[in-house]
Amino acid sequence: MKQNKSRRSFLKNISLASMAALTATGCNMKELDEFFQRNFRTLSDKEKEDIIKNLEQKYKEKYNKEFQVSSQPAMEQVEFAYALDLSRCVGCRKCVYACVDENNQSRSPQIHWIQVLQMEKEKGIDFAHSDVHYNPEKVPEKGHFYLPVACQQCRTPQCTTVCPVKATWQEPDGIVVIDYNWCIGCRYCMAACPYGARHFNWGEPEVPEEDLNTDLHYLGNRPRVKGVVEKCTFCIQRVRKGKYPSCVEICPVGARKFGNLLDPESEIRYILENKRVLVLKEELNTQPRFYYFFGV
Amino acid sequence: MNFIRFINGSIKLILKGSNAYYAWLFFLIALALWGAFGYADQLNEGLITTNMRDSVSWAFYIGNFTFLVGIAAAAIMLVIPAYIYNWKPIKEIVIFGELLAVCAVIMCIAFIVVDIGNPLRFWHMLPLVGTMNFPYSMLSWDFFFLLAYLIINLTVVTHLLYSIFYKKPYNKKMVQIIVLISIPMAVGIHTVTAFLYNALPARPFWNSALLAPRFLASAFCSGPAILIILFQILRKITKFEIQDKAIWTIAELMVYSMFIYLFFTIAELFKEFYSGTEHLLYWKYLLFGIGDSKEIVPYSWSSITMGFIAFVLFLIPKTRKNFVTLNIGAVLIYASVYVEKGIALIIPGFTPDVLGQIYVYTPSMTEIRTAAMIFSLGFLLFTFLVKIAIAIVFENYRISDISKKEKHLIREMPTT
Repeated sequence: MKQNKSRRSFLKNISLASMAALTATGCNMKELDEFFQRNFRTLSDKEKEDIIKNLEQKYKEKYNKEFQVSSQPAMEQVEFAYALDLSRCVGCRKCVYACVDENNQSRSPQIHWIQVLQMEKEKGIDFAHSDVHYNPEKVPEKGHFYLPVACQQCRTPQCTTVCPVKATWQEPDGIVVIDYNWCIGCRYCMAACPYGARHFNWGEPEVPEEDLNTDLHYLGNRPRVKGVVEKCTFCIQRVRKGKYPSCVEICPVGARKFGNLLDPESEIRYILENKRVLVLKEELNTQPRFYYFFGV
Repeated sequence: MNFIRFINGSIKLILKGSNAYYAWLFFLIALALWGAFGYADQLNEGLITTNMRDSVSWAFYIGNFTFLVGIAAAAIMLVIPAYIYNWKPIKEIVIFGELLAVCAVIMCIAFIVVDIGNPLRFWHMLPLVGTMNFPYSMLSWDFFFLLAYLIINLTVVTHLLYSIFYKKPYNKKMVQIIVLISIPMAVGIHTVTAFLYNALPARPFWNSALLAPRFLASAFCSGPAILIILFQILRKITKFEIQDKAIWTIAELMVYSMFIYLFFTIAELFKEFYSGTEHLLYWKYLLFGIGDSKEIVPYSWSSITMGFIAFVLFLIPKTRKNFVTLNIGAVLIYASVYVEKGIALIIPGFTPDVLGQIYVYTPSMTEIRTAAMIFSLGFLLFTFLVKIAIAIVFENYRISDISKKEKHLIREMPTT
């Protein structure tokens, strides 16, 4: 750790030479600190604490609101999993927008972590014949069923393997997260993800100030900047406090189930035991923690 | 100190030239400026100024990167036939091949830099200061290999020119060993680049074992095409002596590569079309379009047509040995591989996307301008390096030339 510290100060010293130029363009010490901030997983608790304090301060100045940024780690004996009842889902997209609100996704350019695919009943789960832009007056449409897709929180995620800088990884509770301060925006993870679950901030993300969710997790829904990748985290800021993800809460037909795989009494275990489940693209051996089932 | 004088002498060289030389520089600089203003927009507003989106998250930039890796690789692989057939100007072929490789690798890295969302965080990829995901990420491998390849080639070519400049014997053994290392490295960088795509089971279009072999075959078509033309120019304006026979042999080797490429592609097409699985969709999109989305079809067919004409021109001995048709063929094959790598390789990998949706991509003006900037700066660098090399290798430009007193004497001395 000490060695890392000296490396950091070494980098800082080097930068001092170019400091003069930088200050002229309005760059202050805090931004410089942020620039030299190391990968989240290599930080000590003290460093994390400082960074988070600065972040809360920064958000307060930027948005005139009080924010709570958490860096709460995974709980012991918890492995999250999700189940979605395909026979109930009506394709209303309420989950899509609840997710946008909860997780401070950019409204313009628009980012949706959940994509709902409309499928033809006769074809079964067939991506090539699905439509993500369906827009009838009323759902569900005759002859169709709906398949919402977000991050499948794979047990063998390919997105984390391909990342050239280790900016994304799987937490002990199974959630795949991203360090938005470390991501270089190469988008290799997006090419690797078989579920289109990763989204890129092509432009500066815009969220109306009054709509900002102030209950944040460092690895989850804190406001992003342009040029980084983001994705569903099972609402890490909620589930680590024992709440349901917001898509589970909003679903009007109760199609979405969530729980702890390691708890024998959990609903998710009940579903695995009593229903027949499937995962998407099982031939790719990604081993998702996101199951689909037919409840009725 | 000596090295600084070497650099000094080199700078003096690139500042002087004929009117045609200045016109060429002016053209490149103007093009680079036009491109740079496009790139400035991208820096300000983000990659939203490109036509890439979540569905097609890699496109023209990464395609250019791939193409240039091929150029960098082929420039060095050309040393193999030079050794085997014992062409006379081996040292010169090595020098110009390495200069091309150096420029191509620098352009490759530039294309990665413009493609990433946070170019200032580029240092996260570096060993020691960053957290390189070695050995898991193929991108880390690729970056590492490219960097090593750049350093190796830069070392050799600088050492050679520097030694000639100071009239010192160059370290023949070291050069030979490094050149021998850089040949498998050349194969390596292109293979690793192919593996970058090949490694993704989510993208069936790339997930074929033939991808890396096809990459190598196509690189050996496009890389030598540049050198064939460069050698002819050098032969005209300098004392560079390369026999017609050597150029024709290069062309012959290119025909073999084209044939191998054709064979691999037909094997791939047979498998896809005969088995007719859902993976066929990507090839369909590339060759015929899906539904009304046919925007990419002109790209693929122009590449196929140019490639085919070049193949015929190179195959028939009469047109291969005629320098007009030979040069037409060289330009055509270069353009064909450029379109193939720039568009036809990347876009069908993402269309339809992993959820079966079709987002029609063609490069935006910003992307074209940014690419123009990198290419013109790359060519500018290549022009400078070639100019320095010509003076040192063929025109006896030596250390003594830059010390004023001796200037007179040297000028009058007959060249040896």
